[in-house]
Amino acid sequence: MYVAVKGGEAAILASYDLLAQERRGDPAGAELSIAQICQQLRLGVDRVMTEGSVYDPQLAALAIKQSAGDLVEAIFLLRAYRATLPRLGYTEPVDTGKMQIERRISAAFKDLPGGQVLGPTYDYTQRLLDFSLLASGNTLASARLETPSTEATPRVVDLLHHESLLETQEPPAGDPDPFDLTRQPLRFPADRSARLQNLARADEGFLLAMAYSTQRGYSETHPFVGEIRFGTVELCITPEELGFSISIGDLPLTECQMINQFQGSQTQPPQFTRGYGLAFGHSERKAMAMSLVDRALRAEDLGEAVTSPAQMQEFVLSHSDSLESSGFVQHLKLPHYVDFQAELALVRKMRQAFANQGPTDAAD
Amino acid sequence: MQPTEVQIQPVGVLRDPHINFAYLDERTKRMIRRAILKAVAIPGYQVPFGSREMPLPYGWGTGGIQVTASVIGPQDVLKVIDQGSDDTVNAVNIRRFFQRTTGVQVSTDTLAASIIQTRHRIPETPLREGQIVVYQVPVPEPMQHLEPREFETRKLHALQEYGLMHVNLFEDLAHYGHIATTYDYPVLVNGRYIMSPSPIPKFDNPKMHMNPALQLFGAGREKRIYAVPPYTPVESLGFEDHPFEVQRWDHACELCGSRESFLDEVLMDDQGGRMFACSDSDYCGKRQAASLAASSDSGHGVASV
Repeated sequence: MYVAVKGGEAAILASYDLLAQERRGDPAGAELSIAQICQQLRLGVDRVMTEGSVYDPQLAALAIKQSAGDLVEAIFLLRAYRATLPRLGYTEPVDTGKMQIERRISAAFKDLPGGQVLGPTYDYTQRLLDFSLLASGNTLASARLETPSTEATPRVVDLLHHESLLETQEPPAGDPDPFDLTRQPLRFPADRSARLQNLARADEGFLLAMAYSTQRGYSETHPFVGEIRFGTVELCITPEELGFSISIGDLPLTECQMINQFQGSQTQPPQFTRGYGLAFGHSERKAMAMSLVDRALRAEDLGEAVTSPAQMQEFVLSHSDSLESSGFVQHLKLPHYVDFQAELALVRKMRQAFANQGPTDAAD
Repeated sequence: MQPTEVQIQPVGVLRDPHINFAYLDERTKRMIRRAILKAVAIPGYQVPFGSREMPLPYGWGTGGIQVTASVIGPQDVLKVIDQGSDDTVNAVNIRRFFQRTTGVQVSTDTLAASIIQTRHRIPETPLREGQIVVYQVPVPEPMQHLEPREFETRKLHALQEYGLMHVNLFEDLAHYGHIATTYDYPVLVNGRYIMSPSPIPKFDNPKMHMNPALQLFGAGREKRIYAVPPYTPVESLGFEDHPFEVQRWDHACELCGSRESFLDEVLMDDQGGRMFACSDSDYCGKRQAASLAASSDSGHGVASV
């Protein structure tokens, strides 16, 4: 005889315990420390901070530990935490032109003021598994680097302005506050500040695929990496009661300026346009993908035909957030038996009608 | 509103003093309450709101949770159901969330609750004045599957241009001879806005009409809130020659004998054996208890459940 399913609550509590056990793994092994995650899984921490929209390596590392390394889950944890934080104020816009460079490359120019600085990157490594890392306690070769230059390195886009070959991007008239997606719902059409904020928080995998699609014929943007730079910038606020700006710390950022050919329109001469990408920490794949998608989304503003998914605001911006997509895809795990019951009854009714009437001519 | 008798079965959960009452900060609650007031003032209209990331995933009731969090007070009695039952996993999780963040009384009793948060069902027991029912809504836009661009559907609502929806239903008639939408069946609210009733079975649609309770709808992922105020006409779409109709069963509930409730089909074995039982566990349980009491009063018969 059917017994109404009771004890869902007890089962949930038991699953919490199992989860904690699985997360910890074999207690004979040392437990991961937050400092280890911050130091040795720093790129994962950077991604979680970027998509989690919180710059706090310690909390991001905690989220990674708690989620057993599932970064999308860690991003979720951090976002849910950030939603409860009060908004104390706004910083001044950061000046990436004054960044203390750790890495800076341009694919558009062979050499340029400030030089090409490779910095720490996997780009020029051979992707062979390094079995020496299997053993613990291996010693590091001491870095052959001089300390990074503290000289400001001018941005490539600023170098190009002199010929007006590259579009300039002045703030809109009156320099309005940027749209704040964390306080207001996204509405369409979305202005560029809303789009950029959405892309900055967007799932890296989704952005990468959208960016890739623009390279395979779905709205070609003829991109060149004007510049990628990674380093730290100073973060300043101007408290109202003080009336002058004070520095509250340094922030590592990755910035990508993508330069795209533009054939001109009725009102604009041919020139190069720009797509922009920015991420916390060292996140080049994310920043590059973002800059390609940003440029593709400017199609309408630039009078280009909107034909491909990467150019469609509602398509890109409504599906870019991993909390929204992961949540809704996985909600299919929840019980749906009431709706399924309704569908069962419908299909039975339709099958009955089909049986009574016999197969109909496929042509109609 | 303090009900006289409260039956509480769920496991006690301690109020976490480190979390603000009902999780959200007070400014966010105020923002949401403003959206709710606007929604009540324009029945069926989808009000955009600054939906927050909640500690439960989008698509798992975050809209309903935010609405409940914004209207709940320490005196409230909360009931949470999913698929009509208080004991389904996500209902348990949401109830525990509110126990942990508010410490309010919880109940499985439809009549005792002052706020009922629900997914996919409206309780069988008629609601009363003063109650709030909060629906979890996955897709607030009833025309999204016909026109995915919100920019366009907004215009259609503004112009009351609902031809798309009627043609969609008519195509069902042309293909099957009947309307093939069984849940999330569109309704016209107060003669003005077409609205998604959330994925309740259309069996429940008539309960929305002129309901004495306040009905609030929260869509967290899509960032919309809408409402049906008490005693508001809610009409399920239909045609003069093919009026709206609800599901009926050839069976009665095998536990309580009801012929009026929405039944779940439960597989009993791998030989096609099945039984039908009420999806509303509170309704079914009360009917069973009542018949048990009646039979023991009359001194004969032992109910076997």
